[in-house]
Amino acid sequence: MSSLLIEKTSPTAYFRKQKLTLTLFLLGMIFVSWGASVLTQFDLFDAFAAIPRVAAWMTANLLPDAKAWSRLPRILDKLWDTILMSVMASVAASVVSFVFAILGSVTTRPNGVFAFLARTIASINRNIPVAAWAMIFLLSFGQSSFTGFLALFFATFGFLTRAFMETIDEASASSVEALRAAGASYSQVIAQAVIPASLPQMMSWVLYMVETNIRSATLVGLLTGSGIGFMFSVYYKSLQYRSASLVVLSIVVVVLAIELISNAVRRVIL
Amino acid sequence: MALLEVERLTKFYGDSRALSDVTFKIKKGQFVAVIGPSGSGKTTLIRCINRLIDASDGSIRYDKEDILALKGAALRHARAKIGMIFQHYNLVYRLTVIENVLHGRLGYKSSIAGVLGMYTEEEKTKAVEVLQLLGLEDYVYRRCDQLSGGQKQRVGIARALVQDPRMILCDEPISSLDPSSAKIIMDYLRRIQKDLGITILVNLHQVDVAKRYAERILGFNAGHLVFDGPPSELNKKRIHEIYGTEAGELIID
Repeated sequence: MSSLLIEKTSPTAYFRKQKLTLTLFLLGMIFVSWGASVLTQFDLFDAFAAIPRVAAWMTANLLPDAKAWSRLPRILDKLWDTILMSVMASVAASVVSFVFAILGSVTTRPNGVFAFLARTIASINRNIPVAAWAMIFLLSFGQSSFTGFLALFFATFGFLTRAFMETIDEASASSVEALRAAGASYSQVIAQAVIPASLPQMMSWVLYMVETNIRSATLVGLLTGSGIGFMFSVYYKSLQYRSASLVVLSIVVVVLAIELISNAVRRVIL
Repeated sequence: MALLEVERLTKFYGDSRALSDVTFKIKKGQFVAVIGPSGSGKTTLIRCINRLIDASDGSIRYDKEDILALKGAALRHARAKIGMIFQHYNLVYRLTVIENVLHGRLGYKSSIAGVLGMYTEEEKTKAVEVLQLLGLEDYVYRRCDQLSGGQKQRVGIARALVQDPRMILCDEPISSLDPSSAKIIMDYLRRIQKDLGITILVNLHQVDVAKRYAERILGFNAGHLVFDGPPSELNKKRIHEIYGTEAGELIID
């Protein structure tokens, strides 16, 4: 039946219909954007027209000057703290996440109750953004790097548990079945099938979280008064934009460098 | 003497019956093929025997042991005496061939020795011998993701053989292989049965392969055992009973 229907439509008519659908879709999109800009009183053309002025202002006020460069050692020092903090939070969270992922994944869960608990705890953690964690711990622990660490730790834990569970199910489900069939015990299955099959992918996720956390650490530092984020907010609030922009520039450079390094590591392990 | 006795085996998935009142016995050293359309219960049957799936009702006796009553360490020991090979090989592809083969010994080891991968010299020698038997002596230290499909399946067979099993369960071992690799695998299974006296119970999609290799064929349809006999008795009419009329014609032509 269906093949007959297809034969009735000529290729010309088929492609005409396809083009018509696409055109209508694009017109619809333009209408929605226009409607949204009217409602919010946002003028796209004004915004674009402002770009040259903004660029001029940025070159005039944001280029780091000699004074800003003289602060570079202190900036780098704080940046190093931030890198260490994010590595520490990622690694610590990955250990806890691994345990939760083993308990929660379909392939390796010991029983339904543990699995439900592990998944629920991880899911709650994942759905609270890192900024919210920072605010929560700020109230309980005050302004300190420990607060920053905890915020990064919990957000990372939520995300990594989910990622690890999927990795375990994808990478090791079939070999887990084979080892169980051969009479292997639960701990043997974990050590001999789950870990070797999923470790490289898990390490790749941890590297990804290190990158993400350096970016987040900036925001978290801003809120919790620690690390590079704190430096930025101090310069920014005291109107020393040239120094603040040097902070941003150095973060960009570091994030790019970390990305390059972790890509290289990934190529080796995957 | 029967090595495997299956009696009135029944398995429900929710309300649907995957296996209904299946009864048969398999003698030591037999080569038995299980055929039937997809969803007829072949895979469920194989997995009930080593308890990868828990049966709903009935009994399974293997080597005089009541399989369905086993728990914990006793279940591990029973499983260790039954080898299994899979359609998708189910190897740990990031590990080397010999590491995968040695996984077949885990059922005999203490948990801690297995976790740490501490295998005895005899076990390692045995693994290499089995690999020689299967023509994989040049691939002992190769990572499994570098092997072809046929080679991966031979690693799967080697892993089952180091278990020193009295029976090997094969779940569609050649369904992912090209015809020549498939023939190599089936020939190895026959050699294992003939030379080592190991019972082979193999799920197959290919009726012609089943007729050529098996001494006895079990035919399933919708969870019922509808045929049990030697290949010579598997005529047109019987194939129609197992596969239904339309598919049956395709298989016979």
